[in-house]
Amino acid sequence: MSNVPANLKYAASHEWVLVNADGSVTIGITDHAQEALGDLVFIELPETGAHYEKDKEIAVVESVKAAADVYAPIAGTVTEVNQDAADAPESVNADAYAAWLFKMTPDNLADVDALLDAAGYQAVADAG
Amino acid sequence: MLRKTVLNEMHRGLGARMVDFGGWEMPVNYGSQIEEHHAVRRDAGMFDVSHMCPVDLTGPDCRPFLSRLVANDVAKLTVSGKALYSAMLNEAGGVIDDLIIYFLTDTRFRVVVNAGTAEKDLLWMRAKGAEWKMDVRITQRRDGDNALGMIAVQGPNARARVWQVLPQAKAATADLKPFFAAEVDQYFIASTGYTGEDGFEIMIPAAEAQAIWQKLKDAGVAPCGLGARDTLRLEAGMNLYGQDMDETVSPLDAGLAWTVALKDSREFVGKSALTAAGQQKQFLGLVLLDKGVLRGHQTVITNHGNGEITSGSFSPTLQQSIALTRLPLGVQIGDEVEVDIRGKLLKAKVTKPVFARNGKAVQ
Repeated sequence: MSNVPANLKYAASHEWVLVNADGSVTIGITDHAQEALGDLVFIELPETGAHYEKDKEIAVVESVKAAADVYAPIAGTVTEVNQDAADAPESVNADAYAAWLFKMTPDNLADVDALLDAAGYQAVADAG
Repeated sequence: MLRKTVLNEMHRGLGARMVDFGGWEMPVNYGSQIEEHHAVRRDAGMFDVSHMCPVDLTGPDCRPFLSRLVANDVAKLTVSGKALYSAMLNEAGGVIDDLIIYFLTDTRFRVVVNAGTAEKDLLWMRAKGAEWKMDVRITQRRDGDNALGMIAVQGPNARARVWQVLPQAKAATADLKPFFAAEVDQYFIASTGYTGEDGFEIMIPAAEAQAIWQKLKDAGVAPCGLGARDTLRLEAGMNLYGQDMDETVSPLDAGLAWTVALKDSREFVGKSALTAAGQQKQFLGLVLLDKGVLRGHQTVITNHGNGEITSGSFSPTLQQSIALTRLPLGVQIGDEVEVDIRGKLLKAKVTKPVFARNGKAVQ
């Protein structure tokens, strides 16, 4: 059973979103996603300063088995990337919520409200 | 409705992640694919390969039948138990399947074919047997009352673990050279595999498969899924049917020239097409020099034209991404080439199509 923390918001495309005190958001892939992908071996992160619309491909995570796109859960500008995760992709397998991928400044912080809550994402994960 | 092997419940009991593999519900891993990979290179791992199809050939015409049916020459099989890897071609010289032929007696051979191709292979074999009026009986052993289970136990300690579980098999298999088989009571034990490591592929009555799997597990053999099987065979430079070759690809362009006996006067299906076309591409390896992961269907850009990756992944032994490719003639081992990965051109080095065997990197 994968871990779905209650304090986070989620996209159906398997990203988690944490709203920080300063109004920025931290984004990673869910425990369910890392488990489905298997051992991660490569992560391609976005460029800092780049702007992405919601649902645009923003990063790539690759396991031994497959490559998977990571989508921007909301529209915004990338402010920081987690190079430690790219240098050690297995850290995402070890703890998908500690090994975040990037931070964004949302175009509109209220967009986060439209994302799934933990129960909503659990239902998506359970469905496959 | 997915088909299940006789070991399906064992995989579920071990918490395997199950996937649809060509219509079969198979374990892709039981946890970490990379750990399973290392278990085979360093110790012993086992794979459920009961979805593959053993086919028994019996009758006086076995040898002349196989001689015309496949591209390799069964005349090489002179000692009972010897195995031969071959492609089975269509008239156009494309690969219908790749298979292993075990020679038992002049009236009894066993052929093991791939899971996803078994039905079409059987139809083809039976049609050819009828067309050539050969006295050969073709019996599949995957389904029904006489079904066999098949477990591949691979790794430097694989033989010892098998003997621990099947001590009665030790005498007959202790001196088994690579690519041979021995029959011990109801067990068929072959020193073949798909990992580049020593070990056995054992075929056993389906009713005994679960008990033997459990005993191997208790003896310390790591259950390994299709994920590790793929990275192991990729490192060993072994072709995967449907990826590295298929009915549209000549064995000469898929690195299988060593299995095609073209030089003598023997006629076999596909020979005239192969002779006419000759070799058009070379089958070579790639090691990615930049960061990223090579995958099937990516384009390889060389000074002699473009080529294509047929299989690619991350090599747990080399800790780099590797691939098998079909490249234009003229490309040399050691050349630096570029691979188009999502629109970015990454640097890779051309190598022999083999990366690791017997526990060691060979690049």
